[in-house]
Amino acid sequence: MSKKLLSGPYLVWMMGFTVIPLLLIVYYGLTDKSGAFTLANIISIATAEHSKALWLSLGLSFISTLICLVLAYPLAMVLRKRGVGRGSFVVFIFILPMWMNFLLRTLAWQTLLERNGVINGILSALHLPNQSLINTPGAIILGMVYNFLPFMVLPIYNVLCKIDDNTINAAHDLGADFYQTLVRIWLPLSVPGIISGITMVFVPALTTFVISNLLGGSKILLIGNVIEQEFTRGSNWHLGSGLSLVLMIFILASMALIAKYDKDGEGTAF
Amino acid sequence: MGNLIDLINISKSFDGTLVLDDLNLSVKENTFVTLLGPSGCGKTTTLRIIGGFERANKGRVIFDGQDISDLPPNKRQLNTVFQKYALFTHMNIAENIAFGLKIKNKPKAYIQDKIKYALKLVNLDGYENRSVDSLSGGQQQRIAIARAIVNEPRVLLLDEPLGALDLKLRQDMQYELIRLKNELGITFIYVTHDQEEALTMSDTIVVMNQGYIQQMGTPEQIYNEPENAFVADFIGESNIVHGTMIRDELVEIFGSRFACVDKGFGTNTPVDVVIRPEDIDLVSPEEGSLKGVCTHLIFKGVHYEMEVTTSDGFEWLVHSTDMCPVGKEVGIHVDPFDIQIMNKPASEDEEAVGVNE
Repeated sequence: MSKKLLSGPYLVWMMGFTVIPLLLIVYYGLTDKSGAFTLANIISIATAEHSKALWLSLGLSFISTLICLVLAYPLAMVLRKRGVGRGSFVVFIFILPMWMNFLLRTLAWQTLLERNGVINGILSALHLPNQSLINTPGAIILGMVYNFLPFMVLPIYNVLCKIDDNTINAAHDLGADFYQTLVRIWLPLSVPGIISGITMVFVPALTTFVISNLLGGSKILLIGNVIEQEFTRGSNWHLGSGLSLVLMIFILASMALIAKYDKDGEGTAF
Repeated sequence: MGNLIDLINISKSFDGTLVLDDLNLSVKENTFVTLLGPSGCGKTTTLRIIGGFERANKGRVIFDGQDISDLPPNKRQLNTVFQKYALFTHMNIAENIAFGLKIKNKPKAYIQDKIKYALKLVNLDGYENRSVDSLSGGQQQRIAIARAIVNEPRVLLLDEPLGALDLKLRQDMQYELIRLKNELGITFIYVTHDQEEALTMSDTIVVMNQGYIQQMGTPEQIYNEPENAFVADFIGESNIVHGTMIRDELVEIFGSRFACVDKGFGTNTPVDVVIRPEDIDLVSPEEGSLKGVCTHLIFKGVHYEMEVTTSDGFEWLVHSTDMCPVGKEVGIHVDPFDIQIMNKPASEDEEAVGVNE
């Protein structure tokens, strides 16, 4: 009984700030302004403007996740090989930016990429032509990769650390070279970490509106921006909720993927 | 028959600590060689250098007449059975065994045959589709052996493969390994710290300590004629006492003279004398060369373990099936061929090694 009491505060928190808001979103998403049931909010994802934003979000998130994976996997292997412990300096340096405010970090990139920003300043000084860097899909991808890369590295690193050296030695011993070992041993054994990392990068990248606001200007609308605008400027909570529900399908799918491949919670980052 | 493997002047250090110092070792084809020694003696490092997982700082590894010192493990014609089996947990048993053959692009039918053959050889027929986790430690070890031997290596390296198994299983596996070696007709290089394991299985035992080979020989030679106090002490239990070689075939211990069979130590030379506990006969005080009192008695199952303290204070360890009650006065008799004479350690370092162990 007393143990149940201990979980009381958390249950209250969860009800108040997770369950009830979620139910509210479902309610708003499935009703119109008069309060009558409708699927129009959800179906509106099919409109040209919304579906374009969704596809762009999916596309940019996919590319960012892919880049993160390509950067993170070799890095995680190097970190493992050097035998750095969790509390080591290298890992510390790596996590350090995560302690800085997310907005500040993204604003810093804005300053760097601006038309009259630092990078173009350097280019001018070298008498090279200025580049339009900001307000491009590339800038958004850069922001996503920069902000979310650690979420890819850590779960992969955790999983790699659990692979016994002798398992790798055994593969070499049986005649496998580096690439054969990578494909047949390293990758299959690190699937839980990879799935975890992909989800932890893909979901926030898919839903972000801050990165696209700051680095994409008003030119590039992601689905996150569309939803944000419905809530803030458009004041159409019903439409915003409906689109959120659509987005939630993708998030739930990612969660299901994790549950399937990471049964032991091996890839959990923190 | 020539040597299959030659280690020539191998030296290896980790972080400035010398693990192997100028080691030379030859292994003949189709023998069961055991590297035996306490932890940190360099036996596993030696094995890893042969396998290619460590590079020696100095020296060369010759395999079948060719220098393989710089070859990576995947290019060497030998396979390893690792201490904790190191099976691939994301594959089933058949896939584990097939791994090496698939890498070499062998035909499917050949691989299937080989899997069947290997599982039969290690007495695990029908385990093809089992998962690694569903197997016991002993079974996993057999699979690790099967996975190695399907590649038809000329040498199988085994790194304390039975270390994680319980006693009964370990003994069963020892016989299994001897059978396997005879059936396959290949060379086994086996690393262990268990002297009983080494004596049971080996054709040749290489006793190592602190990066040096202490003695190399057949199990009988190692046990009956240890070359120094370390070997005598490490292989089985023994009484090591200070003695003086009066002349050939006569040694004085604690003022009493014993006939022995060793020669060539000179006259009046201080020596170490090794007498195995089971080689001491307890007789009546009048018949014995030394007199003492039984001060300890423990029943060990196969035999009694007794301690006999002689007048000079030395406690002799005695194993016998005949019981001698505590407090009884006895005489100690040793047959000449049961007395093993060794030179005193040349340096204090060597002596320290012997005493510490």
